[in-house]
Amino acid sequence: MDMRLNLPGLPDFGFKNPILTASGTFGYGVEFAPFGDLTALGGIVVKGLSLKPRPGNPMPRIAETPCGMLNAVGLQNSGVESFLKEKLPKLPWRELPVIANIYACDPGEFAELTSILAREQGIAAVEVNISCPNVKEGGILFGQDAAQAARVTEAVKRVAGDKPVIIKLSPNVTDIAAIAKAVEDAGADMISCINTLSGMGVDIRSRKPLLANVIGGLSGPAIKPVALRCVWQVCRAVTIPVIGIGGITSAEDVLEFMLVGAHAVQVGTANFIRPDFSFRLVQEFEQLVEKMGITDLEEFRGSLKL
Amino acid sequence: MNNEQCTTLKVLDNVPFGQVAGENLFFALRLERPEWKNWQPGQFVMVRPSGWAFDMLWARPFSICRVSPRDLVLFFQVVGRGTRRMAELKSGDDVLVWGPLGNGFAVEPDSPTLLLAGGIGIAPFVGYAHSHPKPWNLHMEFGHRMPLSCYPYESINEKIMGDAHLEEKPEDLTRFIELMDRRIAEHAEQNGLVLACGPTPFLKTVQHLALKHSARCQLSLETRMACGVGACLGCVTKVADDMHANGVAAGRAQVCNHGPVFWAHQVNLSEG
Ligand SMILES: Cc1cc2nc3c(=O)[nH]c(=O)nc-3n(C[C@H](O)[C@H](O)[C@H](O)COP(=O)(O)OP(=O)(O)OC[C@H]3O[C@@H](n4cnc5c(N)ncnc54)[C@H](O)[C@@H]3O)c2cc1C
Ligand SMILES: Cc1cc2nc3c(=O)[nH]c(=O)nc-3n(C[C@H](O)[C@H](O)[C@H](O)COP(=O)(O)O)c2cc1C
Ligand code: FES
Repeated sequence: MDMRLNLPGLPDFGFKNPILTASGTFGYGVEFAPFGDLTALGGIVVKGLSLKPRPGNPMPRIAETPCGMLNAVGLQNSGVESFLKEKLPKLPWRELPVIANIYACDPGEFAELTSILAREQGIAAVEVNISCPNVKEGGILFGQDAAQAARVTEAVKRVAGDKPVIIKLSPNVTDIAAIAKAVEDAGADMISCINTLSGMGVDIRSRKPLLANVIGGLSGPAIKPVALRCVWQVCRAVTIPVIGIGGITSAEDVLEFMLVGAHAVQVGTANFIRPDFSFRLVQEFEQLVEKMGITDLEEFRGSLKL
Repeated sequence: MNNEQCTTLKVLDNVPFGQVAGENLFFALRLERPEWKNWQPGQFVMVRPSGWAFDMLWARPFSICRVSPRDLVLFFQVVGRGTRRMAELKSGDDVLVWGPLGNGFAVEPDSPTLLLAGGIGIAPFVGYAHSHPKPWNLHMEFGHRMPLSCYPYESINEKIMGDAHLEEKPEDLTRFIELMDRRIAEHAEQNGLVLACGPTPFLKTVQHLALKHSARCQLSLETRMACGVGACLGCVTKVADDMHANGVAAGRAQVCNHGPVFWAHQVNLSEG
């Protein structure tokens, strides 16, 4: 069966199946090549890229929590140029959409990053991580303020050329639908959500926080109900395609996100359960769709009965 | 090194070693042999028992202790939730294993080679001693806090020279460090090799002594790991600038795929 979904407003763009891998959990893709056929995936979103190399946060950076994990990796990466030179050529980008996830501290830097990526044939789309502080405007997260989220979207869109722009939303907001609407109005081609939930953990014996950064992002199956709620609210607020992210660990989960309106999903923390997780999920998803007698994913999508 | 695989293996047996206050805390976990083409002592595997639900998501990293034509042996100590559950593994249970991961210890058959092990850090040296072409060039000093019967010490001691040192009082540790100091100096004089595996404070001591004597020394690092394949950036250590050529981002390298074995002068162990 054809697993391809139409993406409204993007006639020339598509995923061959709705299962992509989430930024920061699948490295640059090449790390997982020994464990499966990368081209079987719907797409790969690479680790967050910044203009300049970033050292990231001190250790410890990760901690396991019930049904999830906390991370404060802090966007360690060797910079966009190094990615384009060293990593991208190793990816089968002709057969698989490679999506660049970007991170910056002000709209100008976001635009600069995007204009570099817009020139690259191997990049299918740009995903903008707006869960970062606007250093020039007092440090509030771009993703927590509709006006600032819109400003970043506009800045990126202006220089993105024909590359679709995906804005990745943070769940750490009062009204995610309002942010979604703002970035849609500002020209976003797609929305992905959610990024990690703000959280922390402590050790009562050492009396230390589990992460050197104290606060980190919670991910994994523990956050799935929050993610599902966010995706549902966002899908009702916008008409552009939405990619659901958060706690996906099974083919049923993928269908749950589609039922509330998602066009595709990204698998994150589950890639750590086993390195072939996403490859197996693509197969399990096809089997489940067949077993459930779903003949038209388009019809199934967003068909939640209220 | 694209020899890594992810496979489900059957537990052959899970044998407790020694006892601590009447409890079994150390186990030799014997698994079916995976279809690996090759492996090196010092490399590790990620292990996740198939029976685990999603309350604990991560696999746990363990050094490859030994590989024979029939089995893959890991040696582990119960220290937390995951290893406590691994202690309950029985023959016939399924375990998901991916590896062999990372890089192993240097093997220089003709160099006098000093093995320094702290506690459970002895595990990779079992395979090292048994696969070394000239075991008479090896010498081990093993520092431990639990009874010697808890560790796979005998299987190394039957192959190579060396001693075990029980640490009960602070003076024992001082004496052990003085001994390591002398041994490292001797090996440095002969342009030998020093290899160390153990807890981070132990590695810091070895690193300090090795740099003092300009010994050629490798350390096997331990950090929390989630993916084991270089993707999550959760396991990093600070490294010297000369490692940047290998695609290391901004002063930090993943222990899982750039290590776990590093040259002592290349790593900075200052972070937790
Ligand atoms: C390359 C490598 C090889 C290893 N080889 C062996 C081995 O051969 N035998 C063995 O018994 N252990 C080995 N370890 C350590 C082993 O992975 C940890 O003891 C195990 O993951 C703890 O799991 P847990 O759920 O029981 O503990 P948790 O409940 O997760 O943690 C208990 C305590 O252990 C610490 N810890 C957790 N994970 C690690 C880790 N990866 N490294 C160091 N400390 C950790 C935690 O910070 C905490 O203080 C190795 C670690 C690495 C990185
Ligand atoms: C270790 C780790 C690193 C991450 N790095 C990034 C990143 O660089 N950029 C980004 O937009 N999201 C990042 N994320 C968030 C994930 O892409 C995803 O949105 C989140 O983990 C929720 O999905 P999950 O529950 O399936 O993991 C990271 C998540 C984890 C666990
Ligand atoms: S454990 Fe994930 S990068 Fe090393």
